[in-house]
Amino acid sequence: MAQDLLKLKRQATDIRKRNLRLIFEAHHGHTGGDLSAADILTVLYFGGVLQVDPDHPKAPDRDRFFMSKGHCSGLLYTTLALAGFFPEAELSTYMQPLSRLSGHPSTHVPCVEANTGALGHGLPIATGAALAAKLDGTPWRAFVLTGDGELQEGSNWEAAMIAAQQELENLICIVDRNRLQMMGRTERISALEPLAEKWRAFGWAVCEVDGHDHVELLEHLTHLPVAKGKPTCIIANTCKGRGVSFIEDRAACHHRVPTEAELNAALEELDAACTIR
Amino acid sequence: MSQDETIELHDCRNAFASALEALAERDPRVMVLCNDSVSSTKLTHFAERYPDRLLNIGIAEQAMLGMGAGLAIGGKLPFIAGAACFLTARALEQIKNDLAYTHTNVKICGVSTGLAYGPLGATHHAIEDIAWLRAIAGMTIIVPADPVESAQAVEAAAETEGPIYLRFSRMGVPIVHSPDYQFRIGRAARLRDGSDVTLIACGTLVPRILEAAERLARQGITARVLNMATIRPIDRDAIVKAVAETDAIVTAEEHTIYGGLGSAVAEVVATAGTRFCPVGTLGIPGVFAPTGSAEFLMDYFGLTPKGIVNAAMDLLARR
Ligand SMILES: Cc1ncc(C[n+]2csc(CCOP(=O)(O)OP(=O)(O)O)c2C)c(N)n1
Ligand SMILES: [Mg+2]
Repeated sequence: MAQDLLKLKRQATDIRKRNLRLIFEAHHGHTGGDLSAADILTVLYFGGVLQVDPDHPKAPDRDRFFMSKGHCSGLLYTTLALAGFFPEAELSTYMQPLSRLSGHPSTHVPCVEANTGALGHGLPIATGAALAAKLDGTPWRAFVLTGDGELQEGSNWEAAMIAAQQELENLICIVDRNRLQMMGRTERISALEPLAEKWRAFGWAVCEVDGHDHVELLEHLTHLPVAKGKPTCIIANTCKGRGVSFIEDRAACHHRVPTEAELNAALEELDAACTIR
Repeated sequence: MSQDETIELHDCRNAFASALEALAERDPRVMVLCNDSVSSTKLTHFAERYPDRLLNIGIAEQAMLGMGAGLAIGGKLPFIAGAACFLTARALEQIKNDLAYTHTNVKICGVSTGLAYGPLGATHHAIEDIAWLRAIAGMTIIVPADPVESAQAVEAAAETEGPIYLRFSRMGVPIVHSPDYQFRIGRAARLRDGSDVTLIACGTLVPRILEAAERLARQGITARVLNMATIRPIDRDAIVKAVAETDAIVTAEEHTIYGGLGSAVAEVVATAGTRFCPVGTLGIPGVFAPTGSAEFLMDYFGLTPKGIVNAAMDLLARR
């Protein structure tokens, strides 16, 4: 177990580093949101949570993962490449002319299930996918990762009601609760709190975790569903820009591209943090 | 695009933001709503100056457009600003029912239009917005070409009762209108005259048809150039005249060829044409655009002076 956790920690660091280089090379990207969700994707793809196979990305009984906060395509592509879904070298084509690594997730990329990017689409799609699995009596699950600002879109709450009504216990919505959206703090723009109570009121089983703690994430994501007959919402409390001190928790880092000096400092900081603890 | 290096390029969003601020100074009814898009609409300064008159309502376009209607019903003059892709697509029913059908005095200001968000992919390209809104009764659609026209379009929209869609690119454009230019809703601006072919464009394609006209002139072909900034209501007279007085029409727009400027022009030609006049429509040919910078995609789809010249030559070869 300790060995596995060390591996995950290294993996998360590798993802963050490669992700930052990707953004730097493309001169585009969503630095804050990528780093915010890096531990969640690490645990999903490398912690044995998602039942997906790079050799059979279209296997009918695979789990479906929807990156609803599609602006964080950089993180998704980096994770998928490092997980073996496509060659790592291709990452250098991110957002380049005619690349399939478009600035928002594209289904031309193996294991990407939907073209997200307009916020508030992932949960309704995942609800439909979960319903399909339930109707067919198949064991696969639908996972969706949403931003927290993204939850201001009403479509999420429409889907939330339907999912509870349909008792979709094979539906898992993870909220990247970093408390920042593009222009500032969610609570100062259109407050979400009490967020856990909202989800409960909508009929979901809710748990709150530290979204950077691999143990906690694993604990919940490997014991699903949380409640019989209910969809699960995991509120992952995170820090936008996590892992790089001068990016962390700053609204301006939503889509600010690091300079070369900043990139090098960031890579150094990430390496140092990985070796110390 | 082979442009003179010394020509200064402008981002029409800045002209939009300044004009809106000037308007707000004069008209206390002016109120702005944004969907977490204060900086991408260039309204940061507005927000600082009028903190109570710009509201970032969060990421909720449907509610935002509906609120616009409510603000208007309550006596305000709302301008709703955000990325065109989300404002139009996400809230289309609100635009149809709450703005157009109810005929509320709401102005929608879509920025980063067309292929401006090129590398971000097709979710972020706004290449269907004109078609969607053009199908709705009572909508006015304005696509300014440069900062001069952008500023005047904001003024004209404020003076005209009813729902109006203003479309501002983020791509750098040269100034094509002289300072004494007078924008009028529903009136095309003739920027150059000729008798062989008429080139009609809106927005970012206007400087490109001007450049194409220049190149055609070098080959002895004279082109009339129309800036069709208002797509709805379209300037029928200008089109009917073009049919009567020139031998072909080429339209160019940063939008799908289905339902936009080209379609609007072709509808007039087909129903009101007095003589045969072939129409070529340049735009995005009914596909989701791939990834790439806006410049790259404009080249990719032939939305260049060269592409416009070729289209004109092809049509004229049929004479
Ligand atoms: C429908 C829609 N409206 C607006 C946007 C523009 N946008 C992209 S990211 C973003 C902020 C998202 O904040 P959040 O969901 O909290 O994501 P995170 O903090 O994880 O980056 C906005 C407003 C969009 N992509 N889709
Ligand atoms: Mg957030």
